[in-house]
Amino acid sequence: MRLSLANKLSFLYASLIYLFLYMPIAILILYSFNQSKLNAVWTGFTFDWYLKLMQNTEVLEAMKTSLVVALISTIAATMIGTLAAVGMYRYQFRGKTALDAMLYLPIVIPEIVMGISLLALFSQFEIPLGYLTLIAAHITFSIPFVVVVVRARMAGFDRSIEEAAMDLGATPWGTFIKVTVPIIAPGILASALLAFTLSIDDVIISFFVAGPSSSTLPLKIFSMVKFGVSPEINALSTLMLVVTLFLVIIAERIRMRKN
Amino acid sequence: MNPPVLDSAPANQLQNETKLKYQIDYGKAWTIWPVFIWMILLFLLPMILVFAVSFFSRSSFGGIGFPLTLENYSRFFDPLYLKIIWISCVLAFYTTICCLVLGYPFAYIIARSPTQYRNILLLLIIVPFWTNSLIRTYAWIVLLRTEGVINTFLLQSGLIEQPLSLLYNESAVMIGLIYTMLPFMILPLYASIEKLDRSLLEASKDLGAKPWQTFWRVTLPLTTPGILAGSLLVFIPSLGLFFIPDLMGGSKTILIGNHIKNQFLTARDWPFGSASSIILMVLTLVFIAVYIKITKDKQGKDLV
Amino acid sequence: MVKSWKKTITYSAIALSLAVTAGCSTSSSTSSGTTAEGLDKELNVFNWSEYVPEDVIKKFEEKHGVKVNYSTFSSNEEMLAKVSVGKGIYDLTVASDYYIQPMVKEGMIQPIDMNNIPNYKNLAAEYINKEHDPGNQYSIPYMGNTVSLGYNPDNIKTEITSFADLWKPELKSQIVMVDDQRFVLGMVLKTLGYSGNETDPARLEEAKQKMLELMPNIKAFDSDSPKTLMVNGEVNVAFVWGAEIALAQREKPQFRTVLPKEGLMISFDNFVIPTGAKHKKTAEAFINFMLEPEINAEISKSFPYISPNKEAHPLIDKDIMNNPAIYPPEEEMKKVESVKDIGDAIKLYDRVWSEVKSSQ
Repeated sequence: MRLSLANKLSFLYASLIYLFLYMPIAILILYSFNQSKLNAVWTGFTFDWYLKLMQNTEVLEAMKTSLVVALISTIAATMIGTLAAVGMYRYQFRGKTALDAMLYLPIVIPEIVMGISLLALFSQFEIPLGYLTLIAAHITFSIPFVVVVVRARMAGFDRSIEEAAMDLGATPWGTFIKVTVPIIAPGILASALLAFTLSIDDVIISFFVAGPSSSTLPLKIFSMVKFGVSPEINALSTLMLVVTLFLVIIAERIRMRKN
Repeated sequence: MNPPVLDSAPANQLQNETKLKYQIDYGKAWTIWPVFIWMILLFLLPMILVFAVSFFSRSSFGGIGFPLTLENYSRFFDPLYLKIIWISCVLAFYTTICCLVLGYPFAYIIARSPTQYRNILLLLIIVPFWTNSLIRTYAWIVLLRTEGVINTFLLQSGLIEQPLSLLYNESAVMIGLIYTMLPFMILPLYASIEKLDRSLLEASKDLGAKPWQTFWRVTLPLTTPGILAGSLLVFIPSLGLFFIPDLMGGSKTILIGNHIKNQFLTARDWPFGSASSIILMVLTLVFIAVYIKITKDKQGKDLV
Repeated sequence: MVKSWKKTITYSAIALSLAVTAGCSTSSSTSSGTTAEGLDKELNVFNWSEYVPEDVIKKFEEKHGVKVNYSTFSSNEEMLAKVSVGKGIYDLTVASDYYIQPMVKEGMIQPIDMNNIPNYKNLAAEYINKEHDPGNQYSIPYMGNTVSLGYNPDNIKTEITSFADLWKPELKSQIVMVDDQRFVLGMVLKTLGYSGNETDPARLEEAKQKMLELMPNIKAFDSDSPKTLMVNGEVNVAFVWGAEIALAQREKPQFRTVLPKEGLMISFDNFVIPTGAKHKKTAEAFINFMLEPEINAEISKSFPYISPNKEAHPLIDKDIMNNPAIYPPEEEMKKVESVKDIGDAIKLYDRVWSEVKSSQ
């Protein structure tokens, strides 16, 4: 009895938090069907914005850029960051404190400072602005977040498990892949999600390091603000949400069936 | 682009030599080097440029000029700028506390939910954040404004007679900040709670501890790394964040992030902007030093 | 097992570098060569967002066979920061008039070859050869904007005829203002009877005190989309870009434009060519194209700002030409004050602004 009450309360609490997280999303979806362009008052139901979106090559192109940049930078940042977290957990070495500082500072400095300083760097070395600089910048600001999250997972990690695996004859690499990674996997997943989220939504740093022909979706949206963001963006967000949710559910289904 | 060079790891030989200690050295080189090289090239180097600029002066036309000076630093220690940084810290602190209080039970519930649902529950936290932040903030504005969804609902259900002023005040700013920062708290908390050994909790229960005692004496101390990591991930970015306070608070206060942005953009005083950034970084380093000190002590206890 | 792990990483590293280089090559693929007219085949334009309709750019591309890479910024300051650091990225950008002098002095922009811009003759005399760029050596005016006053008389019972009326206690939490220190402090200075470009510290201190008194009446500062607050009934008084008032009037026609006694402040945006531009001649061809009367009228239709193009005026809708929020009447234009570069005094403005905003 008591347990089920606790379960009910848990369920209620979790639902409230999800309600908080999804309330604005519901509004966003609702307004993708609104006739008014000003995104202000409800004037009537329409599918127009979805049709217009399909013809808006600029927005679609920007979305493609955003996805490519986010995917590549997430993979790279998660790899570099996870290795770093493991290494920093395991080893003592000179310069560790310095590395710590270098990893936390990017989280705090206002994005504009990072954006301008990266632009200064790229122009100093005459690196043309484009996909390369965008991805490099996104990896740079994602790594610290990955390291922090994976390290939280590593803290208090029981090394005797690794030792046991090696006692049983596993190679160091085998141990790392078969033992260490599965244990810290939730941390890696969480950090990858975080990195992707950061990348897909970044504006300020992207503004400074994007070239004339590599505009991301947030940049495009921010540039629309002056004249009112068109509900096409709501339509696009809705579609992206639906696709993401769909993929997530399919992946889960497959995984559960395997189990 | 510095992908770890895999084949050069002298793992196998070393492993044979030090088999007894299991001190696997294959990793040291290429767990640490990629991040080291990357951050030096793409973070430290640009920051050195910023640091250098902070000692120059603003030319009359907004460029960077001579003489070299420390004035940019002394200028910052003015009651005005100290007040700005204080306001930013207070706001970031409140955000962190609120996120922690809201996020901890939530992360706990997810971490204790049936295994097959955990990933999907986790993803559901993140999915809203794959929409654009500006659009999301506008959605909040639609909810909160005078003729907005919440006011309309409350008016029509007869709960209130006059629309509430929900937007462009401090509570609106807090809602916006908590909304944006909550996942940064939940994810590390989840990672930390999820690995918590259940048998410890059962042992505590068997020894006659009440649930709250178990929580206070066992769960909370063991999840401290997650709490600290989450707090750091929320507190530090909230310090520099100004876009939410601007949109939902009506840009009526100036935060340290606004201040630095104004120096680089509006006032075109790059040296002062750089000096302010350096000061903010030093302040952060102090917070981080405290964090490292706490977590190190914690780890020490764990390992013994 | 170990091998497969290594393989995975190696392959993904290779895939990664391939993707990156592929991305690179597409972004830096400069279509070299020239068109029949001797123009380059590529042009990198950096402009305000929502300032040139897509169709106009397409027409230019078709007419001259040039590929235009159009990227955007949302404030002068962003543009300046990016252009000043990244030399040679852009061939053409747009700057407000009070930024022209600093850009010239910092060597950021280069003289324009007027021989390539015969349509310069279409510009009305009052908009060219201004103080900030005598002889228009470096800049060609594109469009202009005033910060105007508007209010909704349905909800505001008191009369508003001047900036000074904004201080009335009845307007508590009723005003939205542009989040721009030059225009807002300029307005306060004008209310006090000074110039909107005042640099005297004592007068700025006075303006600060006056501004502090105004703060309770301000609901929000918003430069991006203040019309939303006007349309939603969040505020009933607005000190915002003229075009924002005009756009709000489309949804709420009762909004009334006020021509304040103290006089308005104006700023113009100008085409400039950054130093190190790789396609200068093509940029000049683009400027010339934008000064065609038909093209200019087409732009005005989508984006109702003040056009300096006298040949285009007869082609622009009467509704736009007669809206005082966009085109203030002639007598008003005579006393309008331009925002000017104020050199080091910008530090004072910034300080006053910070003090006002951290007072709460």
